Amino acid sequence: MRTGVPTSWRERLFGTPVTAVVTLLLAAAIAWIATPIIRWALIDATWNGQTRNDCTGTGACWVFVKARFGQFMYGFYPIEERWRPNLAGLAFLLGGGAVVFAPQRLRLRLGLAALVILPLLGVWLLGGGYGLRAIETREWGGLMLTVFISIYASLIAIPLGILLALGRQSELKVIRLIAVLFIEFWRGVPIIAVIFLASLLLPLIMPTGIGVDRLARAVIGLGFCIAAYMAEAVRGGLQALPKGQREAATALGLTYWKATSFIILPQALRISLPAITNEFIALVKNTTLVLVVSILDLLGIAQASLADPNWVGMNMEAYVFSGGIYWLICFALSRWSRSLETKRGR
Amino acid sequence: MKTIYLAGAIFAGSASMALAQQLAPSPTLDAVKARGHIECGVHLGLPGFSFANDKGEWTGLDVDYCKALAAAVLGDATKVKFTPTSVQQRWPILQSGQVDLLSRNSTITFSRNATLGLNFQGINFYEGQTFIVRKKANVKSAEDLDGASICVAAGSTEEKNAADWFRERNLKVTITNFQKNDDAITAYDSGRCDAYTAGVGALAGQRVKLKVPDDHIILTKPISNDPQGPVTRWGDERWQLIVRWVLNGTIAAEMLGVTSKNVDEMKANSKNTEVRRLLGAEGGFGAMMGLPDDWMYKVIKQVGNYGESYERTVGMGSTLKLERGQNQLWTKGGLLFTPPFQ
Repeated sequence: MRTGVPTSWRERLFGTPVTAVVTLLLAAAIAWIATPIIRWALIDATWNGQTRNDCTGTGACWVFVKARFGQFMYGFYPIEERWRPNLAGLAFLLGGGAVVFAPQRLRLRLGLAALVILPLLGVWLLGGGYGLRAIETREWGGLMLTVFISIYASLIAIPLGILLALGRQSELKVIRLIAVLFIEFWRGVPIIAVIFLASLLLPLIMPTGIGVDRLARAVIGLGFCIAAYMAEAVRGGLQALPKGQREAATALGLTYWKATSFIILPQALRISLPAITNEFIALVKNTTLVLVVSILDLLGIAQASLADPNWVGMNMEAYVFSGGIYWLICFALSRWSRSLETKRGR
Repeated sequence: MKTIYLAGAIFAGSASMALAQQLAPSPTLDAVKARGHIECGVHLGLPGFSFANDKGEWTGLDVDYCKALAAAVLGDATKVKFTPTSVQQRWPILQSGQVDLLSRNSTITFSRNATLGLNFQGINFYEGQTFIVRKKANVKSAEDLDGASICVAAGSTEEKNAADWFRERNLKVTITNFQKNDDAITAYDSGRCDAYTAGVGALAGQRVKLKVPDDHIILTKPISNDPQGPVTRWGDERWQLIVRWVLNGTIAAEMLGVTSKNVDEMKANSKNTEVRRLLGAEGGFGAMMGLPDDWMYKVIKQVGNYGESYERTVGMGSTLKLERGQNQLWTKGGLLFTPPFQ
C-alpha cells in the first residue's frame, strides 16, 4: 500500500515523468558546474614537485600548499618546537574526551578540573617558560593559532555569557543593569573595531611598561564580543524554561546557586545548544578578523604567503585550501552538536 | 631687547655645542640596546619588498633595510624582529611605540609628514605608476603609447592618473575598464590591451604571473611620483639621524664601489677619505651618533650596499627581475642620491 511518502530512492527520484525530468536536469546542472571544479582541483592539478616551475598542469598547483604546509599549520613557530602545539592539541582532545565519556558522577568534577588545568597547560606548552624555550606569540600562526584563538576566546565567552544571561534575569537591579549594559555594548560594537581598538588604542592609553601581549588583547576582545552573543543564546534557553522549574526547586529548599546549577542551567543549556554551537561556529570564522592587526591565523598566513615572488599567483590554491579547512572545522562542529542534541534530546 | 636675544643666541649656541659633544639622549637607541633587537614594522606581504619565505624568514628590500640598521646599531644583522603591519595599523603601531621604525612601502607625502607626528628618513624606493607592455611593441616610454589601449581596474587611482596624464599631453589612448586588477592583468595577458598600468613594484610582482614573463617589459620612467622610505616618530633626533644615515650609508657604499665582497680590502687599503670615513678607518663618524666607528662596515659586510640588496630582492638576482630604473644612482641616470660623508 502506498503511504504518500516515497520510500525507495528510485521512487523518489524517478517516480513520475516530471520528477524524472527534474532529476535529470539537476544532475546535468551539477555535472556541468562540478566538472570544471573537479578537473581543476584534482584531475589537472599538479601534486609533485618542489618549486613553482614544477607547476606545469593547467589545474591547481598543490605543490605550493605542500611547500607551505608547515607554515599553514604552525605559522612561524620554530620547526624543532612544533611538537608542543601538537602535544597541546592532543591534551585538549584527550582531556575533552575524558570529560565527555566519564561516568556521570565524576563528570562535573573532572570537567571543572579540565577547565582549569588544560588552558594553563596549553599556554605553557605554546608560550614556553618554566623549562621550555619561550616562544613569542608573534611566531605563532596558521591553523594552530586559529584553533588557539577559538578555544581561548570561547573559554572567556561561554562562562561569561552564562553569567551575563543569568545576570540579565536577576532580580537585583544593579546586576541586571550591569549585565544589560555589558551585553548591549559588546553586541553593538563591530568585532573588527574591537580587535582594532584592543590592538592599537590600548597601548596608546596604557602607561609604558605595562604591555599586554598583542594576541592576548585580541583574544580578550573577541571573547567579550562573543560572550555578549552567547548570553543572548543562553537567555533564549532560560526563558524557554517554565517558571515552575525554579519555583519547584526553591520549594524544595534549594538555594539560588544550587537551583541554577542543578535544575535551571542543565535544561536551559540543552535548549540553547544549537544557538551556542551557532555562535561558536561564527567565532571560528570571526577569528580571521585578527588579520586586520596582522596576527597571522590560517587565512592570514595563506594570504601572506602569496607575496613570496617564488609562489606568486597561487591565490586560488591558498584560498581554496584554507577555506576547505575552515569548512571542515565548522562542519565537524555542527555534526558534533547535532549528535549531542539527539543524544540529550532523548 | 636685542641684548636678551643676543644672550639667548649665545647661550643656545654654546648649549648646542655642549650637547653635540655629549650626544643627545636617545630613548629609542637605549631601548633597542637594552632589548637586544630592533622592532621593525614591515608590510604583511609584498613581493620583493617584504614577505616570509618557505622557511618563515622575512626577506625583501624593505626587510633588508631593517637588517642593515640592526647591523649598524647592534653589530648583528639578525638582531631584528619583524612585525607585519596592515595598512590600517601601520601609523598607530609606530605612534604607540610598538615598533622602532616602519620600513614598509609607504609613500612620503606632505600631509602625512605634517599631521601624523612621523618623519620620513630618506627614500629607499622610488615608486611610481608606470606601464607594462610587450617587448615586441617597441614602446620605450609612456609617450609612445599614443593610440594604444590600456587595461585598468575601474575606479582605481591608476585609472584616473593615466587618463589625466594622457589628456594633458593630448595623446589618444583607449582605456578599457575591468572590475578588478586581476581581471585587467588577465585581459592584458590574453592580448586585449597593449598595456596594463600600476606601480613599478606592483607590476614587478604581476609580471611573474604572466604566461611568458620575459616577453614583457616595465617602462622605467613612471608617470607619478610616490617615493617610499623608512619612517620614525617625531622626537628622538639621534635615532632619526641613525635611521637616515644608515640608508645614506648603503647608497654611499654603492656610489663608492664598496661591496660585501671587497669591504675588508677597502677598509684596509682604500686611499679615498670618504670610503675610509664610511668604513670607520678614520674620522670617528660612528661615535658622533653614539655608534661604534665600524657601523657601516658591519652593514656592508653583513647586508651589502644598496645595489646588492636591490638586485638580490627585486632586481636581476630575484624572481622579479626589476630593472633599476629610477632606483639607480644619480650618476647612472637614476634618482638615488646621498649627501656626502664629510
